[in-house]
Amino acid sequence: MTAKLPKITVWRAIFAAILLSGAYATYLRIFHGLGGSTNLSDKFPWGLWIGFDVMGGVGLASGGFTLVAMVHIFNVKQYRPVLRPAILTAFLGYLLVTLGLLYDVGRPDRMWHPLVMWNPHSVMFEVAWCVTLYTTVLFLEFVPMVFERFGLHKPMEWIHRISVPLMILGVLLSTLHQSSLGTLFLIVPEKEYPLWYTPILPVLFFISAIGVGLAMTIFESWHSSRAFGRALEVPLLASIARVLAVTMSVYLWIRFLDLAQRGELHLLLRNRTETWLFALEIALALVPTALLYQSRIRRNPAALYACSVMMVFSFIANRLNVAITGMEVGSGTHYIPKWSEVSVTLMLVAFGFAIFRVIGQYFPVFEAHSLESAAQDGVEREVDPLAVG
Amino acid sequence: MPKAILYDSTLCIGCRACEGACAERWGLPYNDKIAAEETLSAHKLTTIVTHGDHFCRRLCMNCLQPACASVCPVGALQKTALGPVIYEASKCIGCRYCVEACPFQVPTYEWSSRLPRMRKCDMCYARQSAGKLTACAEICPVHATISGDRDELIAEARSRLAATPGQYYQKIYGLSVVGGTSVLFLSAVPFEQIGLRTNLPNEPMPMLTWRVLELLPDVVSTGSILLGGIWWITNRRAEVAREEGPPGRQKGPRTRKEGSAE
Repeated sequence: MTAKLPKITVWRAIFAAILLSGAYATYLRIFHGLGGSTNLSDKFPWGLWIGFDVMGGVGLASGGFTLVAMVHIFNVKQYRPVLRPAILTAFLGYLLVTLGLLYDVGRPDRMWHPLVMWNPHSVMFEVAWCVTLYTTVLFLEFVPMVFERFGLHKPMEWIHRISVPLMILGVLLSTLHQSSLGTLFLIVPEKEYPLWYTPILPVLFFISAIGVGLAMTIFESWHSSRAFGRALEVPLLASIARVLAVTMSVYLWIRFLDLAQRGELHLLLRNRTETWLFALEIALALVPTALLYQSRIRRNPAALYACSVMMVFSFIANRLNVAITGMEVGSGTHYIPKWSEVSVTLMLVAFGFAIFRVIGQYFPVFEAHSLESAAQDGVEREVDPLAVG
Repeated sequence: MPKAILYDSTLCIGCRACEGACAERWGLPYNDKIAAEETLSAHKLTTIVTHGDHFCRRLCMNCLQPACASVCPVGALQKTALGPVIYEASKCIGCRYCVEACPFQVPTYEWSSRLPRMRKCDMCYARQSAGKLTACAEICPVHATISGDRDELIAEARSRLAATPGQYYQKIYGLSVVGGTSVLFLSAVPFEQIGLRTNLPNEPMPMLTWRVLELLPDVVSTGSILLGGIWWITNRRAEVAREEGPPGRQKGPRTRKEGSAE
């Protein structure tokens, strides 16, 4: 009997604890509504589930479109080995965002309404459409891994035929809704704290999404190399780190210019919660950006990983600041998420790690690399260079 | 002619008859405990708020260009030609963007319900459609709240400001804030002293997001051409490189049909 039980490790114990508390929080959400499962109120209607699960989740999944654009549109073929993991992360990310929305939306049974009841003036309507369409695109970009696993060549060819327009569509849809998540907050100029409220919020959201997509690529490569005992492609990740450093430099410089031109730099001298959380967000981006300019750091896997983690946390801090920190004073209230909001969020993250691991184990997520090197040896490749994924 | 409400804080005696009439019109419970709650909630769609010696009413402003209706992803909120901003609960998905976006923090949510709705005053759309006054205006014993055509109420407010200038702060709230509202306020003291927001722009709120959204077709069309073009250029470059082969190497056999012939 006991021989069949999986070995108990610290991570598995944590995973089980997260699932248990998540399950209880789910019960509260279903039977006691948003009131019984969240600390949301009429003054503060959006909390952790929007700030992290949706706005954070969509951003953390942006490696999918960033790498598709780099590999297939800009034709930077050496990034190919990390393309499939990035697409998988993105696909899982969007599924988890959708799951998170089922918790957050008051009437999840009506989630399909925006598809038939239109209001083109609503940013939320646009986001709903983009996310639906892009999740479909991601499915089509992911499904070749399934076809390849089971040797289904015919459907592989069908997908290949539409792959270029499909990839361009995916990049466009991502550009639209990554930036639109920032546009959502343009309508609350009197509530959003001026360190974050800016007319260029959509642009900032778009650039930071590209940055965090690259950081997530490094992050997941590091984790997969440990989980699956693969060698880490350090030169490749170092090259991605350069792109990341430049992207984040542009981003940080635009943020500084924006604050300066709006005349809000003086706010940084105020001793307020907003100032400190703003400083945290910026420091977590500034430090790794500066570090990644040194080749010593870029070529050291541990340092590279640490930098990507800082970037990811900076990104999450930014989205939480825009959705929560910046909205508190203007809304005249305080919001601290209830434990059940945190549980659901942790559960979604845990799902992400677990499903990624299972798919990585059983599907050809990491094999593009060996095919690629085979092709470089002059052997005609089996996977066409334009095949999705 | 769009309808409106004029609330004159200098006349209000704080009797809360409007609260009771409103609760009755919505079929909501009303008692002393609820009367003492001076906040809007899913069970109290209008309230009198005491500010020292002065009173002020809170209710949906039924804005001329409402933020709530513009942000609603399913169009559950609509600005009617008659004036009221109405809500179709059967469409609502419960995203609460209206609650987040409203500059007056008016929409409220049924947080404890399993099948929740948003709740807000709709300026008695059904009654006004039938040519009746709003419930609050009808019951007000001192005519602090009156309802009627917006133009006529503005004229009435102006004549009150002119007739007894000493009694009034010389402005009408709601004339131009966020592009104008259907609820107008007169006060003895500056508006912020009776809790009305004075940090709002005069530009209609929906413009803030529409300015970005209206670029969408341009972004999509330009983006398609740009990305398609970049793909075409870089892919052609790759094709040429493949045909010529890497330097110092023989041209490889071509077993697969390449893209368009050039």
